[in-house]
Amino acid sequence: MTKQEVPTLSFTVSIQREDFDLTREINALRLSDKEVGAVCSFVGTVRTLDHHENLQAGTYVQSLELEHYPGMTERSIVEMMQRAKERFDIKSARVIHRIGKLQPSEQIVMVAVTSAHRGESFRACEYLMDYLKTEAPFWKKEHTFEGARWVDARQSDDEALEKWR
Amino acid sequence: MMRIQILYFASIREALELAEEPFECAQETTVSQVRVALIARGGIYAEVLGLARPVKTALNQSMCGPDSVLTQGCELAFFPPVTGG
Repeated sequence: MTKQEVPTLSFTVSIQREDFDLTREINALRLSDKEVGAVCSFVGTVRTLDHHENLQAGTYVQSLELEHYPGMTERSIVEMMQRAKERFDIKSARVIHRIGKLQPSEQIVMVAVTSAHRGESFRACEYLMDYLKTEAPFWKKEHTFEGARWVDARQSDDEALEKWR
Repeated sequence: MMRIQILYFASIREALELAEEPFECAQETTVSQVRVALIARGGIYAEVLGLARPVKTALNQSMCGPDSVLTQGCELAFFPPVTGG
């Protein structure tokens, strides 16, 4: 009798225009490894009301446009997943980031991480999101009633990295 | 002399109305020397790449600093701080 094939550890990234199904992605991760006892996920969505300091309160976002640097984006996310794997006891991770034009409330990004126990996947999920915000080459452009504008980087995103240093 | 490819993204690409261009420079040229040469063109280049602007750079698709040394055929990208996620 042949031994059942053991699934390899999976750390994958997709950059796509299409929407994604979180449940389907989570199921694929958790069913690939019988040692998985925890799945932690995060989904970022398009906010209608912008809270950036330099935009007047009440400026509604009609749509969001996402540009990226093909090739470098995938590489940088794979690199941060590699670092997360070395730092936390996790079994697999999946990142999906959308590009193109998105409407309010649409999903932009998802990060899902699996581990044997919850602590490691909780921390690794936040770690990946914090680094994705500051290192992955994506740029957001907001279309509002007052015209289009590129979103400024936020200092709070850089500060979020402090806890991992 | 050597030839490299320069890429621009987001607000910089939009202001320059240019996504990429070939560029010729001497061997051992650094990232900051290319930036200074582009600023010397004046006009919109001087405006969007100005040294006071928070411009980020990547060499062959990895974030790099101003002192990184370029090589023949490399890919150098200029872009504003990232805002994904």
